[in-house]
Amino acid sequence: MISPLDILAAVGRGTLGALSEIGRISLFAAEGLSHVVRPPFYWRLFWRAFVEFAYFSLPVVALTAVFTGMVLALQSYSGFSRFSAEGAVATVVVLSVVRELGPVLAGLMVAGRVGAAMAAELGTMRVTDQIDALTTLSTNPMKYLVAPRMLAGVLALPLLVVVANILGVMGGFIVGVFKLDFNAGSYLARTFDYLETQDVTLSLTKAAVFGFLVALMGCYHGYNSKGGAQGVGSATTSAVVAASILILAFDYVLTELFFSR
Amino acid sequence: MSGSEQLPKIRIRGLRKAFGPKQVLDGVDLDVMPGTSMVVIGGSGSGKSVLLKCILGIFAPEEGTIEIDGQDVLKMDRTEREAVNARIGMLFQNAALFDSLPVWENVAFGLLAQRKATRKDAKRIAGEILTQVGLAPSVGDLAPSELSGGMQKRVGLARAIAARPDILFFDEPTTGLDPIMGAVIDGLIVEQVKRLGSTAIAITHDMASARRIGDSAAMIHKGRIVWTGPASALLNSGNDMVDQFTHGSREGPIQMELRR
Repeated sequence: MISPLDILAAVGRGTLGALSEIGRISLFAAEGLSHVVRPPFYWRLFWRAFVEFAYFSLPVVALTAVFTGMVLALQSYSGFSRFSAEGAVATVVVLSVVRELGPVLAGLMVAGRVGAAMAAELGTMRVTDQIDALTTLSTNPMKYLVAPRMLAGVLALPLLVVVANILGVMGGFIVGVFKLDFNAGSYLARTFDYLETQDVTLSLTKAAVFGFLVALMGCYHGYNSKGGAQGVGSATTSAVVAASILILAFDYVLTELFFSR
Repeated sequence: MSGSEQLPKIRIRGLRKAFGPKQVLDGVDLDVMPGTSMVVIGGSGSGKSVLLKCILGIFAPEEGTIEIDGQDVLKMDRTEREAVNARIGMLFQNAALFDSLPVWENVAFGLLAQRKATRKDAKRIAGEILTQVGLAPSVGDLAPSELSGGMQKRVGLARAIAARPDILFFDEPTTGLDPIMGAVIDGLIVEQVKRLGSTAIAITHDMASARRIGDSAAMIHKGRIVWTGPASALLNSGNDMVDQFTHGSREGPIQMELRR
């Protein structure tokens, strides 16, 4: 029979485990960031990671954004028509895409694509002694492997999100004009009339934070993977799941920070 | 060979390292004299690789001292430790070549990382070092995945010696190779250690390899050094544990723990 003390002990162990994991991740992030601002910096590796983030993720992010914008226009039209507010479709699409869906969907897509690849690459390097080999070659693995990826994530995701935002709005425009018979000029006017600088700032801030989280989780789980192929597989899964949850949690936190005033 | 009054190049005293409840190194004492090669033998899980990784600073031991040229590396700060590591080359068990880099960048990695050469010079030097380990310079343009196991070991050796280190570590250099290729790698190791005048530690299960590479030998069992002597005496050491291990006998003082 399970006693209440056993339950308490299990909860305590779980809490302590979670807190120590948060501590380890925080220390890892702090060390990685400290190497971004301390020379030498590996620009070639930064560029490789940047291209992986920004260029090779472009197709999947673009497709996601276009279809999301299209669906959003259809859904909001069907909802708003119930109380004769169809005219708000363009505004709802642009605000939803720029403030929320652009950064969140781009972050999730990149977490699945680049975060997983980072965890798999670093995890394989860990289990095949390549990370230890870096140490023997007088190269700090955090500086060589983690810092360039973190900076690439922070700088690349805002660029991707700018593209995602434009394509999302464009998807809404296509449905609005060609299917729902909005006037193109007035649709665009309503799109830009209600979009404020703060919306774009929030969008880019979220993107930078999400890019950092994707790189952090990919690097942390890969760097600390154990065992063989199974360990690398677990690290990859953990990186994607953790990055996705953190993106959604930080999305709320950042929205609260920007719009709670 | 070195005189007894000479200071050891590497001096280890009372080294202890545990992973959770498992005490992997349990008071290791070891001296390696300058310009000599020591082979460390021992069963799987006896702590051989952990010993090398403690010397390299990859693992931090709980107790003990590791002196290199009389200086305790465990008391050094990160910069001093990196300077010591720059004098050490290591050939890993599976070569541990960087998949994402071509062979020449693997070989010249230390030179590039320490800003000792431009990329153009580093590529030329890598070609020269590849020649020293019996590979054509054109191999430098291949990816590590395009190489056979023996070639990967040679590239790993080339990378280890590229910065002309005065200490070399070899982690099971012949594992996974056929006997002829194993002998070739051993020959290259002996040749390069002699050419550089380095002090070397090799850990191995391969007795033929141990006798080819080593001047001296030590056996580690359950985290302790249980025997040291000349490598030539490995097959006839007079120590029951060493004799059991070198002859691959099931009977003797070493009881293998078999998991069900």
